[in-house]
Amino acid sequence: MGFESSNCKIFKKKLEASSLKFPTTMMLSISKSVITKFCSERIAKYAFEYAYLNNRKTVTAVHKANIMKLADGLFLESCREIASRYPSIKYNEIIVDNCCMQLVSKPEQFDVMVTPNLYGNLVANTAAGIAGGTGVMPGGNVGADHAVFEQGASAGNVGKQKFVERKTANPVALLLSSAMMLRHLQFPSFADRLENSVKRVILEGKYRTKDLGGNSTTQEVIDAVIANLE
Amino acid sequence: MALQIAKRLLHRRTTNEIFTAARSPTVGLFSSLDRNYSSSSSNLIRATLFPGDGIGPEIAESVKQVFTAAEIPIEWEEHFVGTEVDPRTQSFLTWESLESVRRNKVGLKGPMATPIGKGHRSLNLTLRKELNLYANVRPCYSLPGYKTRYDDVNLVTIRENTEGEYSGLEHQVVRGVVESLKIITRQASLRVAEYAFYYAKTHGRERVSAVHKANIMQKTDGLFLKCCREVAEKYPEIKYEEVVIDNCCMMLVKNPTLFDVLVMPNLYGDIISDLCAGLIGGLGLTPSLNIGEGGIALAEAVHGSAPDIAGKNLANPTALLLSAVSMLHHLDLNEKADKIQDAVLKTIAEGRYRTGDLGGTSTTSEFTNAIIDHL
Repeated sequence: MGFESSNCKIFKKKLEASSLKFPTTMMLSISKSVITKFCSERIAKYAFEYAYLNNRKTVTAVHKANIMKLADGLFLESCREIASRYPSIKYNEIIVDNCCMQLVSKPEQFDVMVTPNLYGNLVANTAAGIAGGTGVMPGGNVGADHAVFEQGASAGNVGKQKFVERKTANPVALLLSSAMMLRHLQFPSFADRLENSVKRVILEGKYRTKDLGGNSTTQEVIDAVIANLE
Repeated sequence: MALQIAKRLLHRRTTNEIFTAARSPTVGLFSSLDRNYSSSSSNLIRATLFPGDGIGPEIAESVKQVFTAAEIPIEWEEHFVGTEVDPRTQSFLTWESLESVRRNKVGLKGPMATPIGKGHRSLNLTLRKELNLYANVRPCYSLPGYKTRYDDVNLVTIRENTEGEYSGLEHQVVRGVVESLKIITRQASLRVAEYAFYYAKTHGRERVSAVHKANIMQKTDGLFLKCCREVAEKYPEIKYEEVVIDNCCMMLVKNPTLFDVLVMPNLYGDIISDLCAGLIGGLGLTPSLNIGEGGIALAEAVHGSAPDIAGKNLANPTALLLSAVSMLHHLDLNEKADKIQDAVLKTIAEGRYRTGDLGGTSTTSEFTNAIIDHL
């Protein structure tokens, strides 16, 4: 089973905490989720700017504003405001449960997706699963002054000793994340070369790690990528 | 595919025999056989039926026909959504309707469209609050013959339905800053965990997975997990595991056969249960059962009322039929339930009679008749 032609990018706000804790008793526990206009605008701006610079056609805001009317309502308001400044980019909104349902049946309808923190995690992992798993999904964390690039989705396999010993970890995700970093640093040609090489290696199918259905080691995949660099 | 159905049947039959022989104390809380059903002299079980709006009445008619043909001992008590707000319930659902469900302890609900306007609560919210429906159970299994990208899906999602992120407690701190509260209580978590393990036991399921994000939300999801662990100790024969929500999503789309019964708080449950519905073909085919305090069970079709095809005999009654099947399982009428389920699955698998949404051209009545023929 595979999903062809799914090619979407997901942005989620990383700064706001869904984890402000209260002193609790044995019987009751409360957690606060904070949404601010400032942060929502910031992520919406990044999403639209990214879409604009990378020739993406649609930005979809993922939310649950029918239930969390104030919080996600504020998020949507900010997104709509920013959307009005980019008339060439289509903007639509989708409720998060419907979104997940659509992702597993028709992921090709999505292009760029922008979400608050918690849903972003879910949606990113769902999309990663559809695209082939954590081993292939790149990601980046962008701030006002710095940017850190890492695997796009984690599924609890991080730090497992057996992958280290058997040397079968999939380097594709990190390689593609480095390509994203190169693009961020405005080296698009280098980024393209790296990405194309990785894509070619996977397409060929000779060198694939276990999670993609093959039995190559990490080093074999890397050697293949280097060999394919133009 | 037939092997799948046969496997599921055998498994359930044998485990039912074992369980009815040795009932644990908690079973009494949920078992319908221990209840006094309001029955007429002919020993039928009364069940409330809300046909709903749009395509609701047609598919409800379908269910009634199939049940009559299968000789199910159920007497329907129909209630309709009113056109005026009932001040006692603050919504279009009358007090009599709610009392009917409370009395009969079991019901079936079609799709209800909440009319847009102010001054009344949403119909689904009214039902949930008034009947204290605390668990939403959705069995998701691949329908043989209806191909999706995932075959062999066979899991059940059990979602806590009263608190969590959907408590509705939000406030604006200053302009531009909004806070939303997530409430987790021991009582609600224990309640849903108890039901999850009871369901697993009575339906011959082997594993219960609690889905959480306790690595981030340590206190709230931590409390939920603690409650699940407590209940897990009482059921040593059922395997218990905990899965982080991210991991769960990924695994679900890569390999849904890894999961059996999933129990989760409100928000994750909402998203995961819809995701699982998507895996098997959408809301038009997914059954759903809501469990309330005192052993109340309200089965419902979770799709919309589809006003564009209402009254045209084009609607697909599968979701409502399969929900009715899960209602029969709740009533311990397992043989009858399996009979109807098999008939529905066989009809869809055959492919000759399928409604428009499944890619066919049959009408609702043709589809219903085909199911009756397969009984």
